[in-house]
Amino acid sequence: MNVDTVERAGKTPDDEQPWAELGLKSDEYQRIRDILGRRPTTAELAMYSVMWSEHCSYKSSKVHLRQFGDLPHSDALLVGIGENAGVVDVGDGYAVTFKVESHNHPSYVEPYQGAATGVGGIVRDILTMGARPIAVMDSLRFGRADAPDTARVLPGVVAGVGGYGNCLGLPNIGGELLFDDCYAGNPLVNALCVGVMKHEDVRLAKAEGLGNKVILFGARTGGDGIGGVSVLASETFDAEGPAKRPSVQVGDPFTEKLLIEACLEIFGQDLVTGIQDLGGAGLSCATSELASAGTGGMHVDLDTVPLRDSTLTPAEILMSESQERMCAIVEPGKVEAFLAVCRKWDVLATVIGEVTDGDRLTVDWHGERIVDVPPRTVAHEGPVYDRPMARPADLDALQADDAANLPRPSTPEQLEAHWLALVSSPDGADKTWVTEQYDRYVRGNTVLAQPEDAGVVRIDEDSHRGIALALDGNARYARLDPYLGAQLNLAEAYRNVAVSGATPLAVTNCLNFGSPEEPEVMWQFAEAVRGLADGCRALGLPVTGGNVSLYNQTGNVPINPTPVIGVLGVHEDVRRRIPCGWRADGETVLLLGKTRPEFGGSAWASVVHGHLGGRPPALDLAAERALAELLAALGRERLVTSTHDLAEGGLAQVLTESALRYGVGARLRLADDPFTALFSESTARVVVTTSDPDAVRTTAQWAGVSVTELGTTGGDALVLHGLLDLPLAELRAAWTATLPALFGTPEATVGAVPTGAVPSS
Amino acid sequence: MTIRAPHVPVPVAEAHQCAIPGAAPETLSRACPCGVLGAREPPGTLVRVSRVVVDVVLKPEISDPQGQAVLGALGRLGHDNVTSVRQGKHFVLEVRGTPDQAELKQIAKTLLANPVIEDVELHLTTD
Amino acid sequence: MRIGVLTFPGSLDDVDAARAVRLAGGDPVALWHADHDLKDVDAVVLPGGFSYGDYLRAGAIAARAPLMQDVVTGARQGLPVLGICNGFQVLCEAGLLPGALTRNSHLHFRNRDQVLTVERSDTAWTSDYTTGQRIVIPVKNGEGRYVAADKDLDRLESEGRVVFRYTDGNPNGSSRDIAGVTSENGRVVGLMPHPEHAVEDLTGPSTDGLGFFTSVLKAVVNA
Repeated sequence: MNVDTVERAGKTPDDEQPWAELGLKSDEYQRIRDILGRRPTTAELAMYSVMWSEHCSYKSSKVHLRQFGDLPHSDALLVGIGENAGVVDVGDGYAVTFKVESHNHPSYVEPYQGAATGVGGIVRDILTMGARPIAVMDSLRFGRADAPDTARVLPGVVAGVGGYGNCLGLPNIGGELLFDDCYAGNPLVNALCVGVMKHEDVRLAKAEGLGNKVILFGARTGGDGIGGVSVLASETFDAEGPAKRPSVQVGDPFTEKLLIEACLEIFGQDLVTGIQDLGGAGLSCATSELASAGTGGMHVDLDTVPLRDSTLTPAEILMSESQERMCAIVEPGKVEAFLAVCRKWDVLATVIGEVTDGDRLTVDWHGERIVDVPPRTVAHEGPVYDRPMARPADLDALQADDAANLPRPSTPEQLEAHWLALVSSPDGADKTWVTEQYDRYVRGNTVLAQPEDAGVVRIDEDSHRGIALALDGNARYARLDPYLGAQLNLAEAYRNVAVSGATPLAVTNCLNFGSPEEPEVMWQFAEAVRGLADGCRALGLPVTGGNVSLYNQTGNVPINPTPVIGVLGVHEDVRRRIPCGWRADGETVLLLGKTRPEFGGSAWASVVHGHLGGRPPALDLAAERALAELLAALGRERLVTSTHDLAEGGLAQVLTESALRYGVGARLRLADDPFTALFSESTARVVVTTSDPDAVRTTAQWAGVSVTELGTTGGDALVLHGLLDLPLAELRAAWTATLPALFGTPEATVGAVPTGAVPSS
Repeated sequence: MTIRAPHVPVPVAEAHQCAIPGAAPETLSRACPCGVLGAREPPGTLVRVSRVVVDVVLKPEISDPQGQAVLGALGRLGHDNVTSVRQGKHFVLEVRGTPDQAELKQIAKTLLANPVIEDVELHLTTD
Repeated sequence: MRIGVLTFPGSLDDVDAARAVRLAGGDPVALWHADHDLKDVDAVVLPGGFSYGDYLRAGAIAARAPLMQDVVTGARQGLPVLGICNGFQVLCEAGLLPGALTRNSHLHFRNRDQVLTVERSDTAWTSDYTTGQRIVIPVKNGEGRYVAADKDLDRLESEGRVVFRYTDGNPNGSSRDIAGVTSENGRVVGLMPHPEHAVEDLTGPSTDGLGFFTSVLKAVVNA
């Protein structure tokens, strides 16, 4: 095989190179030539093209994401944006790292592997920070629930999330499942992982120390995920070429489990000075980022990389996205100990290079130099675009199309029909079909998991310290007003953490948008980021990091702006957490917060009228803060027996879920307009149950939160005085039937096959 | 078991480590050529290599929900003439030298198959 | 009382089994699959998880680990052994228990809080329960369907070696709703549900699982 070397590149400046096929613009290609003072080699071209892609360089989003870095300093933030994941101080010397990431496009191509490798990737990001991963969450969006392609994609994605996470031994503690036509050709799979460590265990991704070794460990490198780079295969003599280069990554959770255990032992013995996981852009990314972040340069002998496929070219090896691989920087004196830990866990580990002086990243293949670049230009000095933005032309009309004008139910029968339609809609329905496929118990520290408002995990069995997490991403609100919509999602996740009794501490985000080359999408993105930054500033929360996923479209139609926001909170004593669901008769049901007639972007408008229009509900971050402080106090004092926050579907959804959880109904009285009371989506509201309503009222008054008494728990129906009598059995039938009807009752799908029907051999 | 593609003499390549711990069998895009041969023979020696195929299926009295699911899918796709599907496993072993039948039978029956619930399909072909 | 908890590559609930042993008043002892060293423990727990990624068959490779030879020898001499989920799969593959575990009949992984009926309260691991007692224990598995030839199932039943039966629903299609079985001498028990996840009200659906671990401490004392 003739390899394109640095020497040859210097001598053949006019060789044609497929930079356009690799996604580079002509000015970007020219810039590479200027940086190097010659044309790039094939391998260098591959590295730059993938590292300067939108996915890796954030070139369209960087200018806007800077706003997160401008937020006021937070003492709780130990490691901020720029590392693999942010790290937050949660007290008692504990640090928590968490992040949410997308794996949208691969999940459309290969649902199981796309979702599985999405989980694998985010888990490695957490592991790389020095933490033991302790839980995962998943936020999923698909096209219409009854669309044929949804039946193809959804079961695979759910099986993949479960298959990978369960095998790793990570409990799934919550998430979202939503449906909308805009995701038909582009499902969204956002995966969150959280890990815990002690402050002193934090690891960073940088290469330092002249002579320190670069060790690649984990799975062998194969041709996963390099479909796009296959155009470079024309440079080789491999006749089978591009057809053999899959664009899908395939995951192996067992290997990742071994990797986790090996890494934690390696960290425990303090054997690494820097560590990075191999995600998008594989070795190109790991080496250039490690070298770029550190002092000095790096040299790699690519021949030493253990391969699964011996026909890979050097460029393909550099681009491969084979899963379950990490890269560590290890002092020479510690290499033996490092390799010994890997041997114990049967993890393949190979010294592939070392830290050098100077400031170049060099890669050799069969003794010839094929890469010689300044790593900063690859990893951190990619192109930065300030793309044109334009407010969507249809937005004025959309906002003027007020949902308040839609026909409302005028009789109790209609009210009941709307209620049942709402809670039996795919968005509102029971999600057990999905969540039963996830292990919630492994590691024995899960205190609350779906369908609770937040996932809660104990992190210390002696002190009972714990953390709470919530993920929320209402895209209808964001479509009506991206600035406000992002803030509303922040408020909802913040509120979901607060209703468990935890104190919100930090924010992560996964921003899913259409093509940044569309000015209207770019405007939506910029507005959402501005909204999130302003919201975090008002709430005093740092953004620890996150992910941007662009180019989510079905044909030419972008998805609704979908900023998914994750909030992390802390429980000083996780035994004081407040769960959801009514368990006992005779408790008082109270609504905290104010209700106004607000239906823009509501579930009612969408389900009953197929309508999206008007303005989202008003945001009141001061009220959210007051509510959060009130809930923390109520939790500490054990004054409430359950909480449930109001969001999509308003009070109707909350009453349904609270009553059906343990089969306890209620007798309620709605003072005002029942339609508004049941279906409005006003923010900063929570329903609580208590056996001491006076104490709750007093505490609420102190906090400045209004209280409305709704009624009393008990009975086998939801009775709205003078209006409705909804037997729980009927409500349960409507609420639980939807997903199995759409995606199959597992037992019915396979068919009853009697065992033992044939005599034994 | 079926013995196929017999006795292809292959030169020993340069030795290097080929253990693949932890790799899922399905993810191997192709077997590493050096995996067939160990590091013991000097480079250039010709060594016989046999390919042995072992098929494992669930015993007839054990219900096979995966096969049922495939059958259901076939029916929905219009292939009504398919009346039964049983799903099993197919192992391909590369063995150096002349295969020891007794040894291979033992491998097949006690490791590759769980004799409580699985049968090893035995076909004997002569070359 | 020293209760060994065996870790294979891919074991997941070993940490939880150790916690359960501790909560019951025992001393959990970590055992490593590759060592021929049972460390003088009084009983052994094979925990849940995905040992060797469930490759080949769930529990198949782990059953052939070096330390399993010692476990089998020990069991034949009366050492109490509890196999939970993947551990049950290992015990069947190792020949210490009859039958086998296969893919759930509905082909999904399923995690549920499951009602079980205790049918034998005289094994080393169930003496703190009463016959006919209903307990709530999480099941979480993808390959938990217990199967065996009809004649073998008949023999199991007639010999009273079914220890737990799924009640109020069968989560995985196991034959005759069998959730757990025991060896002839009642010292080796295997079950698919996870008692170690039902030991604290804070984190489990009940504390019904503690009885397994308190029972064996007495079995050891009385051995």
